[in-house]
Amino acid sequence: MEWLDVLLTASFWTDAVRIATPLLLGTLGELICERAGVLNLGIEGIMVIGALAGWIAVYFGADLWTGVLFAMLVGALFGLLHAVLTVPLGLSQHVTGIGITLLATSLSYYVYRMMFPTITEPPRIVPFVPLPVPFLSDLPIIGPGFFQQTPLTYAAFALVAVVAYVLYRTPVGLAVRMAGENPAAVEAQGIDVTKVRIGAVMCGSALMAMGGAFLTMSAFNAFYFNMINGRGWICIALVVFASWKPGKALVGALLFAAFDAYQIRLQQAVGGTVPYQLFLMLPYVLSILALIVMSRRAEVPRALMIPYRKGER
Amino acid sequence: MSISRRLFLASAALAAGLFGLAGASPATAQMKPVQGKIKVAAIYTVPVEQQWVSRIHKALNAAKDRGDIEYVFSENVTNTDYERVMREYAQKGNNLVVGEVFGVERAARKVAADFPNTAFLMGSSFGPAGKNFSVFDNWIQEASYLTGLVAGAMTKSNAIGMVGGYPIPEVNRLMHAFMDGAKETNPNVKFMVSFIGSWFDPPKAKEAAFAQIDRGADLLYAERFGVTDAAKERKKLAIGNVIDTQPQYPETMIVSALWHMEPTIDTALAKVKAGTFTAEDYGQYSQMKAGGASISSLAGFESKVPADVRAKVKQREQEIRDGLYRVNVNDSEPKSTM
Repeated sequence: MEWLDVLLTASFWTDAVRIATPLLLGTLGELICERAGVLNLGIEGIMVIGALAGWIAVYFGADLWTGVLFAMLVGALFGLLHAVLTVPLGLSQHVTGIGITLLATSLSYYVYRMMFPTITEPPRIVPFVPLPVPFLSDLPIIGPGFFQQTPLTYAAFALVAVVAYVLYRTPVGLAVRMAGENPAAVEAQGIDVTKVRIGAVMCGSALMAMGGAFLTMSAFNAFYFNMINGRGWICIALVVFASWKPGKALVGALLFAAFDAYQIRLQQAVGGTVPYQLFLMLPYVLSILALIVMSRRAEVPRALMIPYRKGER
Repeated sequence: MSISRRLFLASAALAAGLFGLAGASPATAQMKPVQGKIKVAAIYTVPVEQQWVSRIHKALNAAKDRGDIEYVFSENVTNTDYERVMREYAQKGNNLVVGEVFGVERAARKVAADFPNTAFLMGSSFGPAGKNFSVFDNWIQEASYLTGLVAGAMTKSNAIGMVGGYPIPEVNRLMHAFMDGAKETNPNVKFMVSFIGSWFDPPKAKEAAFAQIDRGADLLYAERFGVTDAAKERKKLAIGNVIDTQPQYPETMIVSALWHMEPTIDTALAKVKAGTFTAEDYGQYSQMKAGGASISSLAGFESKVPADVRAKVKQREQEIRDGLYRVNVNDSEPKSTM
């Protein structure tokens, strides 16, 4: 039963947690945007430009954490663009989001080629290295999995708690959630809906960019065009899976990543007889099934994708 | 209803395409010799850093630096856009258009038929077409076989991991040749094969490689970027493919099967210059005999690879060059054997 033993190996969980990290950051980012009532389909592009921005900052001499901050700043700027178009101007969130993805993706590549016109081998940086947590990393199986990761992974897990706390325990969080449920009520409290939504989209986009930066600064050490490879779209589905709750987002990201880490191993264990495409499909199929089960009780933010116009009834 | 209409349209387009192919041999005059610099345009579906494409780019840049050609290129062209870009470059009066048409085989041949005075040299899984559509491919299985000989001798766990993008013939035949070589020096060796369903996802390739190392592989066949990084992090070994990354991974990369596009490009350029370019298969120019493939130096591993294996590699290399040994060509999808 080799295919079951896999689940009990420490390396399986290490890989699963590592694969989950960019998904978790992207999902949290998208969740914040949608909780404020704005769907952000720019996520894929924002992750790409985050991956480039963080990496390029480090390549030109910044230290790793400055690189992460720079990536988040660039992500927030693209979030601002999306927010300005969709919140005060009330344009279609779908079309704008796709537009942001196209713009950010192409711009990333343009900048990359301008910076490195004649390279033959992608330039590399020295990425984050795993930082084992004392004692906890010695636990069997899950020890290495959860406590022998790079600092960005710890940051992603900590951010789940931070986002949950802010959303449910602070006035700011209440304003964000209300902007996504009933913006008129926010207005009645004397709070500017436009500002709340723009702020939420910028914060969320910063997290998405951080997720992208994880790929070039922690999971790998170079930037490749197309390396986000649809991870942003998976995050959109994970938000629904999580029914817009940070805790469930963590479960969803881990579940998807575990399926992915599992299929890689399964492919090798029984790959001789079953076409490899079936294994590649596995995480997606299982996620769709999970989505069907989970989304039945999901509570969609009621003002999601509805632009707010002051005084309109 | 809409499905059947779409089906009808698709089959009509298909029929038109086939008809176009069949009629693609117009009685055009032969191409004229080119005075001065040859104008060359290249169209790539991936960035020029990608291993495979980088070899074409390098050969064309070398020709440009020699002053033989004027070279322009477009990278990252999607398959849906490929035909348009081909037409544009042909219309602009380029003498030779180089590229890769694995995703647009039929459409590309139609474009070539529309521009009989332009030479087309394309990476393709199929044969030449019309009067001006020549094909090439990375037929470096001989070099892959030689690296396999080394790999078989260097694995201690008798388990070799292989991570590929997609199992297309260009990938499969090199993997098979490599496996044949490894089995020759080490009959007990077993293989793990993974495909990641992407040409460009180094983090994912790295994860697949980690998984293979966890299952006992101590040597990896690096078909994708990311695999060598996994080997380096876990202090395992790797064998390279198409490009030489020895300088970046001196402790990890034992040896690589290299592809040299120069013989193909230079042959095509000479024919364009003389006005004798026709539809041909340039595959032979990517083989060892023509200098299109080679095995990199062992560099730091010179002393670590057993002497009898080094001698065997030398001997086989000579036999291949002399035409005395033929490496088997197997395009089927490789499967894990453990």
